[in-house]
Amino acid sequence: MSAVALDKPANATLRRWTDFFLLIAGLVVVWYLLHLWAGEVALTSPYETVAKLIDLLGQAWFWPHVGETLLALFYSLLIASIGGLGLGTLLGIHRLSGQVAEPILVALYALPKITLYPLILLIFGLGLSAKVAFGAIHGIIPVTIFALNAVRNIKPVYLKTARVMRLTPLQAMRTVWVPAALPEIVSGQRIGFALTLLGVLLGEMFASQQGLGFLIINAIGLNDVPVIMALALLLALFAVAVSSALLALDRKLHQRS
Amino acid sequence: MAASVETMPDAPKTMRDIHAPVHASVAGVTRIFPAVGEQPPVHALGPLDLDLVKGEFFAVVGPSGCGKSTLLEVLAGLSAPTEGSVTFEGQPVSGQVPDGVGVVFQEDASFPWLTVWDNVAFGLRRAGFDASEITRRVDYAVGFMGLADFAQAYPAQLSGGMRQRVCIARTLVLQPRLILLDEPFGALDQQTRLLMGDELLRLWRETGATVLLITHALDEAAMLSDRVGAMSARPGRFIELVETGWPRERDSRIVSEDSFGRLTGHLWSLLREESMKASGHQMGRQK
Ligand SMILES: Nc1ncnc2c1ncn2[C@@H]1O[C@H](COP(=O)(O)OP(=O)(O)OP(=O)(O)O)[C@@H](O)[C@H]1O
Ligand SMILES: [Mg+2]
Repeated sequence: MSAVALDKPANATLRRWTDFFLLIAGLVVVWYLLHLWAGEVALTSPYETVAKLIDLLGQAWFWPHVGETLLALFYSLLIASIGGLGLGTLLGIHRLSGQVAEPILVALYALPKITLYPLILLIFGLGLSAKVAFGAIHGIIPVTIFALNAVRNIKPVYLKTARVMRLTPLQAMRTVWVPAALPEIVSGQRIGFALTLLGVLLGEMFASQQGLGFLIINAIGLNDVPVIMALALLLALFAVAVSSALLALDRKLHQRS
Repeated sequence: MAASVETMPDAPKTMRDIHAPVHASVAGVTRIFPAVGEQPPVHALGPLDLDLVKGEFFAVVGPSGCGKSTLLEVLAGLSAPTEGSVTFEGQPVSGQVPDGVGVVFQEDASFPWLTVWDNVAFGLRRAGFDASEITRRVDYAVGFMGLADFAQAYPAQLSGGMRQRVCIARTLVLQPRLILLDEPFGALDQQTRLLMGDELLRLWRETGATVLLITHALDEAAMLSDRVGAMSARPGRFIELVETGWPRERDSRIVSEDSFGRLTGHLWSLLREESMKASGHQMGRQK
């Protein structure tokens, strides 16, 4: 169609999928070798793990735990994504606050959040709200830092262009600020998702009677390796699926700039 | 003379006409950037006066860092002068960019998230033109700037010079009455520069717009403009406003005329000292 439309993409997609399957196959092989080396009691084989997972997914009692984790994750992500985006945007626009807040945020980011856990428990007690709070504090900080930088690093000449075109503040926001900042914001959401999931599971492991994190800590107590492995596989599949989708979007947006 | 002014349209046909109306002006303008932290305040510009006559092509030359871009921002209403006043079409300029002013910035201002075509259409869409008019103007401008093959490409796929042309097209489709260009051909080779100069002259003649062109190429200033403002080292002031005396119908072939060489030479003699000052006397001292 145009001079830049090359006929490469079809080939590239094929190669990407081949690479993907080779990678998966490699991981399974490594897993199997580790299983042979460590023995049945420490690491179940790939086949047994998948079989156990399918078995679990067939049990009626299993699904409420999945639902509980998804619910906690949903609320945490809501707080982390939207809260972080709003906070980061404000700090990015207001330069002075951004300068003051950034080192504090970076310090909080480096702080192991588990040290705050007793505090969270005291405030929220056991149950859903503690998990949500714990997930949210993991995710909100990277989302905020990325959003702050995304807004602060918008090239001034774009904003000058918006003024020369006499855009209304709303038009400038919608057609210049948002698209200019979007690639970095998506990067932040991607990292925020991974950390929020981690936070929710940690929350479930230490103070809950419900959820996948609780099932894991329970299985650890019983030394039930097949269940631990099956749950780890389930969580890995979920995390990889969501992260890949966000990464694909992220790449697409970053390619243009 | 007075009679001919009566019959003359806004854009004069031959040489710059001193009786033509003032289109934009700066009077007693200075710009001082306030101190930031350890940095002392920077006196970037002026005091300086300039009347741009309606329909003229005015070029600004001056050593690097002398305040050319600062002058452009003040004139466009993007930045308020520390002292003095700015007017456009008789109205004071303050706080916002007046309608009818187009600016092409020195840096690349093409939007990386839009295709070339959508970049050029950007201002028209915001201003609410109807779709067919947008298509007509954008197709024309994209072709005019030699970007037709790249209409659906993103700026990341273009060279620096091509991106700058996207920005020029994006400004021109809005048909501004005053066009401010900050080194728009900076990223182009000499041949393309001359050709783009010709295109710019053609466009200027067709539209009757007033043009202020900042350039670091003295020959480009001498070839394109009716008047050249030679600026001193920072804080920038006009040392001399040089009239070129070219006819309105002109193109890059005037580079072979004797008077072109004389003009360029004269501009260099004006700027040589100032350029030495701007680069810290080093060249002068070695002698
Ligand atoms: N935002 C700012 N804050 C402080 N100083 C500034 C700012 N913008 C420009 N200056 C200073 O003002 C002076 C003039 O800058 P300006 O960009 O107008 O120069 P210029 O003539 O366009 O230079 P060039 O030819 O390199 O583009 C420079 O010394 C620059 O350091
Ligand atoms: Mg400049």
